[in-house]
Amino acid sequence: MKPTSSKSSPATDVIKDASMVKQKEMMAAHYERLSNAKDNDDKVASTFVPGNLNELLMCFDLVNNLPEVNAIQSGLRRVSGSYVMEAEKSGHSEDVCTYVKSDLGMMAKGNIGPNGRELPSPDVLMLSYTGCFTFMKWFELLREQYKCETIFLQTPYLADGKITSNMIQYMVKQFKEDVIPKLEKVSGVKFDIDRLREYLKKSAKAEDDLVYILQSGKSKPSPIDAYFGGIYYIGPIFGAFRGTDDAIDYYRFLREEVDQRLAAGLGPVTPDGPMGEEKYRLVVEGPPNYTNFRQFWKMFYDEGAVVVASSYTKVGGTYDFGFRHDPDRPLETLAEYCLGVYTNRSLPMRIDMLVNYMNEYEADGLLINSIKSCNSFSAGQLLMMREVEKRTGKPAAFVETDLVDPRYFSAANVKNRLESYFQMVDQKRTGPGRGVAA
Amino acid sequence: MKTPSTAEIVARCQSLYEDLNFTAAREWKDAEPGRKVIGYMPVYVPREIIHAAGMLPLGILGGGDQLEVIHGDAYYQSYICRIPRSTIELGISGKLDFVDGMLFPSICDVIRNLSGMWKMLFPDVYAKYFDVPQTYEDEVGGAFYTNEMTEFRHDLEELSGRKITDAALNNSIDLYNRNRQIVRRLYAFRAEKPWQAPASEVYLVIRAGLVLPVEEHSELLTQYIAAAESEERPIRDNSRVILTGLFCEQPPLNLIKSLELSGCYVVDDDLMLVTRWLLDDVPIEGDPLHNLSQAFLHQSECTAAKYQPDLDEKGQFLVRAVRRTGAEGVIFASPSFCDPALLDRPMLQHVLDDAGIPYIAFKYAENSGQMQPLREQAGTFADSIKLWSAA
Ligand code: SF4
Ligand code: SF4
Repeated sequence: MKPTSSKSSPATDVIKDASMVKQKEMMAAHYERLSNAKDNDDKVASTFVPGNLNELLMCFDLVNNLPEVNAIQSGLRRVSGSYVMEAEKSGHSEDVCTYVKSDLGMMAKGNIGPNGRELPSPDVLMLSYTGCFTFMKWFELLREQYKCETIFLQTPYLADGKITSNMIQYMVKQFKEDVIPKLEKVSGVKFDIDRLREYLKKSAKAEDDLVYILQSGKSKPSPIDAYFGGIYYIGPIFGAFRGTDDAIDYYRFLREEVDQRLAAGLGPVTPDGPMGEEKYRLVVEGPPNYTNFRQFWKMFYDEGAVVVASSYTKVGGTYDFGFRHDPDRPLETLAEYCLGVYTNRSLPMRIDMLVNYMNEYEADGLLINSIKSCNSFSAGQLLMMREVEKRTGKPAAFVETDLVDPRYFSAANVKNRLESYFQMVDQKRTGPGRGVAA
Repeated sequence: MKTPSTAEIVARCQSLYEDLNFTAAREWKDAEPGRKVIGYMPVYVPREIIHAAGMLPLGILGGGDQLEVIHGDAYYQSYICRIPRSTIELGISGKLDFVDGMLFPSICDVIRNLSGMWKMLFPDVYAKYFDVPQTYEDEVGGAFYTNEMTEFRHDLEELSGRKITDAALNNSIDLYNRNRQIVRRLYAFRAEKPWQAPASEVYLVIRAGLVLPVEEHSELLTQYIAAAESEERPIRDNSRVILTGLFCEQPPLNLIKSLELSGCYVVDDDLMLVTRWLLDDVPIEGDPLHNLSQAFLHQSECTAAKYQPDLDEKGQFLVRAVRRTGAEGVIFASPSFCDPALLDRPMLQHVLDDAGIPYIAFKYAENSGQMQPLREQAGTFADSIKLWSAA
């Protein structure tokens, strides 16, 4: 499984892992399925990545559309900027989450998906309210436009760091009394709990491989980049593929690829080819920037920095501390899944997780990419940074960008920050008075 | 006993408002050994439970425009609203050192995350993220909420070392019912005769209720209404507006005054919703937590921090408020970087468009200083709605 070159960008060849090519094909097929939904009489559910109930939606033959992923795609294709402006023109504040504005702007401009075809209007908005208050407003805004059935599922926040029976009961009741009956009504399909169990069984299988892959970052050198590369790795399982055979195949394939690199002592594959010597091992907190994704990544690999673990790869589910979807407790397991996603974890839990990554993955430092328009992630990150520094004795740094608003990506600033940060890591390694590595 | 004048009452409330050391609450606590104070942030907590535990619920609304924020800025990026940083400042600078517990209601991600920060910064103080239901069926959201309140009741029992009886809870509900009745009466009075009860005064007397014991506040409100009814004040040719979007970080008092000076009578607002969150009396018989839960589900205010399950109902509270108070327009004023308020705003504006109700919108911060642009904007709005209504 050698890296392949794909012509996705007309100007330059981008080197991709074979798994990335496969992942891209899966996503493309999914977008085609969405675009063809009306012709094929498929019903569509829009929902969120955190608290994404793909297995449940599949029980009703619903096709899963994720506005967050659409916003990411718009960011990567560099059209999100114009969408954000479009939304602001129509009265949305410059201060609010740019995912929402990218989505609304895209809708205003014809709702054209990454495949160049119109995305279908949803038949149901599955408002899985997990870890971010903006979700609630976002889908209220979509409901205003689509006027379709909107199902609210509240996931209580893990403020005290634990899942209580009150939380599980509340969620299971919502499933039974509200979510499932409404999904039956919208889809016309009767709920079959055994079908759900089958999907959950498949989820757990893929999740095992995902965890193996993410934890390969503990090796030296790390065969993966768990942030920039990680974005690709989580795509299928955080999106419309969890619970499918496709996801099982993809993660097995990816695992083999990672195993080959491990055996050969190789680092990750970057868009410019195999990564050179691993000089810095980082843990990253916060979402990436998508409008300048490659440029941002390059600032890391050019310096020999590889991300060995990240919190962002846990937004659509935290699996590395043992949770797996459990077919024997189908509704409870869906509740536990939603409760455990990264943004639904309290700040102290988030800090514990980062400290754990710093230690277990033997990282040199923590980098926080603070997203200007995302309160859910960003409020509190400065305290997180200090606390992780204090507990690990390793240096931390802070950069500020945005997810999909190109106005807030200042390449020069970010690059400067990163360069001085790498110097700091060097200093810390060599100890005071022993000079700075060149 | 001579009834105090509005000026005297307002002066007292103003000094309570300006006192960032919370002297009144400290004195209340010191008056008897064993008394405890529980702080809470916007937008709503069931203060009845705190009261029934023999404790003082203390509303914490940030630092306003008088507090110099020195430490707080080190905790927050520039693109996050002001209230969490000034609240941290209050904590770090010792101004809340007498507070025995802090509640962080479920209102947005910023306050939610602040609950975790508080636990880390002040590990010896009881801190609770106070979750509320966003689904409104009795057996689902209702049961969840009753359990949350039961847990809170137990926490306070542990903190105080004594049981909170149902009788005590029902008694507290009764006292808060009365307080809400008087607040509603004041709002109705102002809507009828806004020149007799200026918005800046109403703001201060309502806000006093966040630091005073409820019994005392009810008394103060009653006195204010009596005084405001009896004093003759000049009627101006102002436009009647509703102020909305300010349920969390507070605007500077100057902002409210500026609106009045620019020609607006504020006839309704969503400031400090905790004082009138529950729209009707809560029954004082039976299971008190169940009753509080029912009131929350079926009889509580609409605000951006709450999910509106019914599309047709979205924003209608505002249209109804306009009709009820005879307002001629709506002013959306919201804290900068406030996702709930700012994301909700366009939807509310669409509803107003459909109802033919004019509006303007601007943002503020609790420490905004420059009022001139706002006065001009509000002045132009006040003039134009007068022209529209005359046409
Ligand atoms: S988590 Fe952040 S980026 Fe995602 S919807 Fe919420 S505010 Fe927006
Ligand atoms: S002002 Fe808005 S964003 Fe800030 S804490 Fe309050 S509700 Fe949250």
